[in-house]
Amino acid sequence: MKDAAEIIRIVPTQGWAALRLKELWAYRELLYFLVWRDVKVRYKQTALGAIWAILQPVFTMVVFSLFFGRLGKMPSDGLPYPLFSFAALVPWTYFSHGLSQASNSLVGSANLIKKVYFPRLAIPIASVASGLIDFALAFLVLLGMMLYYGILPGSKVIVLPLLLLLTLVTSLGVSLWLSALNVHFRDVRHVIPFLTQLWLFSTPIAYPSSLLSEPWRTVYSINPMVGVVEGFRWALLGTDTAPGPMIIVSSVAAVVILVSGVFYFRRLEKTFADVV
Amino acid sequence: MGEIAIRVEGIGKQYRIGKREQYKTLRDTLVSAFTTPLRKAGKVLRGEGGDSGESDQILWALEDISFQVKRGEVIGVIGGNGAGKSTLLKILSRITEPTVGFAEIQGRVGSLLEVGTGFHPELTGRENIYLNGAILGMKQTDIDRQFDEIVAFSEVERFIDTPVKHYSSGMYLRLAFAVAAHLEPEILLIDEVLAVGDAGFQKKCLGKMGNVAKEGRTVLFVSHNLGAITQLCGTAVQLEKGRLKRVGPASEVVAAYLSAVVDTELRPSWSSDSCNLNHAESRFRSARLLSVEKQPMATVHFDSPFLIELTYDVTVSIRDLSISYKVYDYQGNLVFESMDTDMPEWKGRVREPGRYCSTCQVFPSFLKPGRYYVALSSFVERVKIVERQDNVLSFDVSEIGYPLNPDRLGIVSPIFPWTVRPCD
Repeated sequence: MKDAAEIIRIVPTQGWAALRLKELWAYRELLYFLVWRDVKVRYKQTALGAIWAILQPVFTMVVFSLFFGRLGKMPSDGLPYPLFSFAALVPWTYFSHGLSQASNSLVGSANLIKKVYFPRLAIPIASVASGLIDFALAFLVLLGMMLYYGILPGSKVIVLPLLLLLTLVTSLGVSLWLSALNVHFRDVRHVIPFLTQLWLFSTPIAYPSSLLSEPWRTVYSINPMVGVVEGFRWALLGTDTAPGPMIIVSSVAAVVILVSGVFYFRRLEKTFADVV
Repeated sequence: MGEIAIRVEGIGKQYRIGKREQYKTLRDTLVSAFTTPLRKAGKVLRGEGGDSGESDQILWALEDISFQVKRGEVIGVIGGNGAGKSTLLKILSRITEPTVGFAEIQGRVGSLLEVGTGFHPELTGRENIYLNGAILGMKQTDIDRQFDEIVAFSEVERFIDTPVKHYSSGMYLRLAFAVAAHLEPEILLIDEVLAVGDAGFQKKCLGKMGNVAKEGRTVLFVSHNLGAITQLCGTAVQLEKGRLKRVGPASEVVAAYLSAVVDTELRPSWSSDSCNLNHAESRFRSARLLSVEKQPMATVHFDSPFLIELTYDVTVSIRDLSISYKVYDYQGNLVFESMDTDMPEWKGRVREPGRYCSTCQVFPSFLKPGRYYVALSSFVERVKIVERQDNVLSFDVSEIGYPLNPDRLGIVSPIFPWTVRPCD
């Protein structure tokens, strides 16, 4: 009876619930298995398998290069347009996939939620985290393209993990809001494709943020994906769209979304099993 | 506190019914958003889900429940449908929160509300053991250690690397139960999980449960299987309509429950008004299970006859109408069918419009103990089926005093005379 001193108190929570992140840590093994399951199952019974992870950003890049790059003569900060757009599409695809998967994750796990107790935060976190495999595959393609165009990253590449973290934080933050809302309002499911499309065009993926002049460029980066995308280009391709203030604004925005998302999620969590 | 493993104090759980099960659509939301925009938005943001309109009805699924479970005690929870058993279990498992009151649990809790929770059809048996184990709260090292035992218990060794979507339902359940059976918490909360698989496997599961109880772990066990409760549990709690009715030694509580169930449970009444059968020549109105003294009942004693009373309206005069019922066992096997035209005097006769009552006297001595379900139909032989109503009634055949060995095979257990003598 090594845990004999442990007493679980079951009481109704009033108002804003504590975050209980320690408990989430205690359930890290479950989190690992949920990620492992999502990764294992994702491309089961598909003909192309993991190629899907690459196809979507690559085809979007081709279409963008044709219409915006070739026909629209969109400026690309002096870079080859395909590389310019693909460097943005890789984190973007991770973000938008994570968002749509995680937002439906609670409703998709209704059976688990009704039958077993565990910190519900594990479900959207696992969904967002499992997309990292797809990101890694698409990132390899990006490296291949950089070799092809003969553009090698400088020492700035060491901040790339931080930029990836920023992507993850943004994706998770938005997902927490949407997944919790989705339990009560199934409208969310219909909003997501629309939302990601609008978000795609309000992020400098097909065009450079240098089209905007300061201070509007910094204001624009309240959209955290602006900082992510311009950060990726800066760290990998060496664009001189000075990312400093943009990344700071984006990071603050992302953290605000995440923290508010966690609190909102925890607030609604107690109703999940009854409503989902 | 050291001696008490589970303490429940004044727990109540309130549900809003009416709107609770209905998902909100954009239109609903827009309508209410136009009428009460600020209140609604405020509620969503405050996390109240925005679904507390004044028109909602409030239902207390549990009210003022208090009891204690000592360390090492095996306690059974019984009660009719809707008594709040599952809600209580969900609260103690922390799946849902109580509205009022509190509970304290001392020790590591494992709860089994279902076997095979989180099984993924695309994953193999081996992978699902790990996934399901993690979901139930087992550590990976525990699963590694017990892996061979789990596989042996499940009897699916040959298919352990096959995706479970190719499993038969029996194999699936056995694997699921095998993982659950190897959960080793100090306090185990179980809901009806024994009601899986064939009789042989159920026996094995019951045996495993008995061992768990003997190992000195605290078990809270919710079941309809009163036999299992008296067999496994020292103490029992009876819930009725969300309230605590009785606590005491299991055999006493079960006996009191059985004798009271006749008065309190109104299962045998049912109305078909909701059905859309406007053009039918006859419509069922109610079906009841009665004792020979015409008292409503739900539990049948294997050696005393009972009545199945079917009330129906005939709307146009009709010849050769048969009113029939079928009895299915808990696994859905059709046990028998009986119809009122079995009586020669109703063969070929015309029923004029009006309300009729067909009553059948059933001698249940050939039924094995367990739960049975009744379906109704009315038809004109070789012409048409007029109406069908599935799952209208259920009843339990009690095992108290059942004279035969219950492990025998076959759907029914008729009692035939035997003679035994030395042969010449």
